[in-house]
Amino acid sequence: MSLLRLLSGPDLSTGPERLRDHANRLGPLPKGGPALIEVLVRTGLTGRGGAAFPVGLKWRAVAAGSQGTAVVIANGAEGEPHSKKDRLLMTTRPHLILDGALLAAASVHAKQIVLYIGEAHHAALRSMSQAVAERPDHERRMMRIVAAPARYVAGDSSATVHLVDTGIATPTTAPPSPRERGVGGAATLVHNVETLAHIALIARTGVATETLLITVAGAVRTPGVLELQAGTPLSEAVQLAGGASYPARAVLLGGYFGQWVEAEAAWSLPIDPHALRERGLSLGCGVIGVLPTSHCPVCEVAGIMRFLASESSAQCGPCFFGLRALADACTRIAERGTDPGDLQRLQRWSAEVLGRGACKHPDGAVMFLRSAMKTFGDDFAQHPAHQRRSA
Amino acid sequence: MTKQFELVVDRIKCDGRGLCAEILPELIRLDSWGYPIITPGPIPEHLMGLAERAVDDCPVLAIALRRAQAQKAKPR
Repeated sequence: MSLLRLLSGPDLSTGPERLRDHANRLGPLPKGGPALIEVLVRTGLTGRGGAAFPVGLKWRAVAAGSQGTAVVIANGAEGEPHSKKDRLLMTTRPHLILDGALLAAASVHAKQIVLYIGEAHHAALRSMSQAVAERPDHERRMMRIVAAPARYVAGDSSATVHLVDTGIATPTTAPPSPRERGVGGAATLVHNVETLAHIALIARTGVATETLLITVAGAVRTPGVLELQAGTPLSEAVQLAGGASYPARAVLLGGYFGQWVEAEAAWSLPIDPHALRERGLSLGCGVIGVLPTSHCPVCEVAGIMRFLASESSAQCGPCFFGLRALADACTRIAERGTDPGDLQRLQRWSAEVLGRGACKHPDGAVMFLRSAMKTFGDDFAQHPAHQRRSA
Repeated sequence: MTKQFELVVDRIKCDGRGLCAEILPELIRLDSWGYPIITPGPIPEHLMGLAERAVDDCPVLAIALRRAQAQKAKPR
């Protein structure tokens, strides 16, 4: 059997695939329902938005609590600064995403589909609107597009529900999670758009998809999105992105909520959610960031911590004040040099912040910082005072 | 067996007023920014009265009692 890939089909530069071409290439939309839920459980598909939650289990939970009123949210907020994969998918294969959302809706008895798209992703918004317009009436009537603000936390699943309900894209206190009580109080299934595209293929073949989308960023010659066979070594992904443009120091795996790995150890890592999990790592949202030896890791980490602190939705004290304090301490070390007191404060405040937000934003930031301090321990321990440096 | 309770904080509602930690320092301390850190686990019988007061006196209704759940043992 020929291997189906997410980006199979017409050349990507020709823009969004039209419904007619999509249907000719892949055949009609298969049926959703309990059988598809079991296929998804069996194939072990996990979410591609970052949390890697098993899709089949999520569907079972929402189907059980649905009572015919469930809601499906296709999450294309893509607020992760270096990630581009969701936009690429939305602008080239919109009907895969809509197929996946319709299959989800049929399987969990949902009547509404919300296409939640980052407001700054103009081409994606255009492509998805056009794709919705091409769909038959009974499908189109279920769908609406909601533009998400360009904030990091806007992609949090509880924030997607909050925006749809109230117009405010900030996370809410869990429990209840969206799958227990989401849009308008109904059980709500929130999926990253790539996850839905995988479902569109799995429903047609009955077998697991073998590829995934990743974004290679940082010190490579041609940064961008790749569709890779799961299990591809990380070094090969970097080669496919034109190779390192400068000797690499380390790799940030999984975006800003991800983990740092020394370059030497990173090259042989298999790009596969399950294999990485066994190593205590995560593919997260699929961003592979290459840090060159020309950049100071401490300064880089301080910059990302400042970003994450500024992206707190400022609802929970430990996140709002804690991340700011952590970012400030990192910045002091970066600008004025290591102070043992600051190192101790980083440790203490990390422990105080962890697990104390309504959403996972503070946890993601703290885990990122801890991984940085572990991987760049020597750099943090003896960082020189830098001359004023624009970073 | 008697019912066991634990304290939970709604992090979004919590304003860091700190009354709870004054009423029940045995189980609640404040972090570096004045927000409560709760000792995990069920509330000992002899502290239940104070725990109820901590809940009732919170000016923003951010802290509550709920039936203890065995699995979670993380300070919140």
